Amino acid sequence: MQNRIDQLFNSKTSNILSIFLTAGYPKLEDTMDIIKHLDSSGVDLIEIGMPYSDPIADGPVIQNSSQTALNNGMNVKVLFKQLKSLRSTTQLPVLLMGYLNCVVQYGIEAFYKKCSEVGIDGLILPDLPIDEFNNIHKPFAEQYNIHIVFLISPETTPVRIKQIDAASKGFIYLVSSNSTTGAGKGISEGLKNTFKILNALHLKNPILIGFGIKGKQEFEKACESANGAIIGTSFIEMLGTSTKFEKDIPAFISSIKQTALTS
Amino acid sequence: METNKTYSVNENGYYGVYGGAYIPEILYNNVEELKNNYLNIMNDDSFKKEFDDLLKNYVGRPTPLYHAKNISEQFKATVFLKREDLNHTGAHKINNALGQILLAKRLGKKRIIAETGAGQHGVATATACALMGLECIVYMGEADIKRQAPNVSRMHMLGAKVIAVTSGSKTLKDATNEAIRDWINHAEHTHYIIGSVVGPHPYPDMVARFQSIISKEIKYQLNNTIGKEDPDYVIACVGGGSNAAGAFYHFMENESVQLIGVEAAGKGIDTGHSAATLTIGKPGIIHGSKTYLMQNEDGQITEPYSISAGLDYPGVGPIHSFLHDVKRAQYISITDDEAMQAVLNLTRKEGIIPALESAHALAALAKFNFRSTDTVVVNLSGRGDKDLNTYINFLNESNYAK
Repeated sequence: MQNRIDQLFNSKTSNILSIFLTAGYPKLEDTMDIIKHLDSSGVDLIEIGMPYSDPIADGPVIQNSSQTALNNGMNVKVLFKQLKSLRSTTQLPVLLMGYLNCVVQYGIEAFYKKCSEVGIDGLILPDLPIDEFNNIHKPFAEQYNIHIVFLISPETTPVRIKQIDAASKGFIYLVSSNSTTGAGKGISEGLKNTFKILNALHLKNPILIGFGIKGKQEFEKACESANGAIIGTSFIEMLGTSTKFEKDIPAFISSIKQTALTS
Repeated sequence: METNKTYSVNENGYYGVYGGAYIPEILYNNVEELKNNYLNIMNDDSFKKEFDDLLKNYVGRPTPLYHAKNISEQFKATVFLKREDLNHTGAHKINNALGQILLAKRLGKKRIIAETGAGQHGVATATACALMGLECIVYMGEADIKRQAPNVSRMHMLGAKVIAVTSGSKTLKDATNEAIRDWINHAEHTHYIIGSVVGPHPYPDMVARFQSIISKEIKYQLNNTIGKEDPDYVIACVGGGSNAAGAFYHFMENESVQLIGVEAAGKGIDTGHSAATLTIGKPGIIHGSKTYLMQNEDGQITEPYSISAGLDYPGVGPIHSFLHDVKRAQYISITDDEAMQAVLNLTRKEGIIPALESAHALAALAKFNFRSTDTVVVNLSGRGDKDLNTYINFLNESNYAK
């Protein structure tokens, strides 16, 4: 079967909206419920954060959601149990995002195998070095048809972007600015320059922008240059205060998408 | 002379399978810049001249290698104390802080950040920044701010900004997380002075090299005193493991020297309140490095405990994971109580009040059956001034002083 991430980008190349949630947040059993509502709200892609005790690339909001999820009893094994119903809930591409240590402790091959069994399409591991991916992970990623998405920043050199493009499958995750998640630096004017460089490199992968995409305004701006964008922190903030997912999730998504779709 | 070949880091930044650079992409350029330049800068004559001059005239090196006759008699061996506690700012940490600040200046960095546990590395970094006129921000766990109050005041006085870290266990691990996040958010002009042989390559190697002055001096000092450069034992405490790495460095190739690393057992290694990473941890990834760490089966880092803020860390430098696995060094652990007894013992027998961290190394003396001909060097990594509150409370509770 063609990877669902590829299916998506084959049929749609602009205004792609990806939403990040933390597994087991705000309540342990909320994961699948949130995914269901994201699916029916019309998002294009879902990223599930595997909570980690020491998330060094994350700002306070995602840190706190991770800690709450861990306190709720979330861990990799529990998550895979919850994800047994993933493919009866949504046909959207779904990625897991987390830190390498959880994958290493689960067992690297076992992790890829389990991802494949539950219908996960891709993995984002910000602290996985490219060399380690090529030497250890790549055979499993290929065997189990799991796409590995690597990150680049506006400071990444063209030579390295080419290396990252070669290692990445599905898409490349462009960090909007040099910051941890949710830092609120927003979308800078420098992004246009970044895309001048990126476009000249003729990369094989599409690009989604993340970090600092809070709402409609940043999403639209990101979509002017990239194939789409990822929203995490502001969605997590909304979940933290939401009393009714079936009402609040569609409202959140439509607040971002409305004008973007017509523009 | 070729030294330290078998046990040094390889070109990819690994000691055996440990080390590497497991970092978010945003830090790639900074770490790469450091990796490509640190050896050239450290080997440059003008750098060496400036660094050596500071170590001699500002830090007060060489530090004495003191033949401690009273505890030699007690432990039935010839015991030398390497007096890193007599360094300016009171611990070995200044060796690395000055080295890195000179390096940061040559890389054109304007802003310095650091993490600190006991506060010794924070004070050393704040001192180096005051000397060089650089902005200094120190991340320190809220719990450590309370138990190491004198060092917090010193950092403030030196002009550093001390940021209290309230995440996790509010100790060294969390301060390190927060320093890494700061670095991610200010990558361009900031140099992160990591205080131990931890973090992504090249930090473990760079810090070990800056601290290797300790074993370099021990060698010639022993030669001058007893007519041979190599002792039978070198004993040092291990949190991240920088003073141990420095004390072991020039002895690693000589397998006749027994290298003993001493971790903090806290309330006991089976109690769940311990920081003895190499005894109870498993290999994984922490703070950008593959190494042993204390974690649960899901890979979540567990909270360490030690009475000593400088050893209260759930990871350990990758060099120690390697030395442990290949059995080149032996790692043991010492409880809070044993360390406290060692503080009092050294104080009363030699008139030296050691830091709680260093007291773990001193307490290890009681764990070995030395031959009377053995020469034992204990690295006295720091002085006890910062721990006075802890000591006074202990004395009041135990009636020891009366």
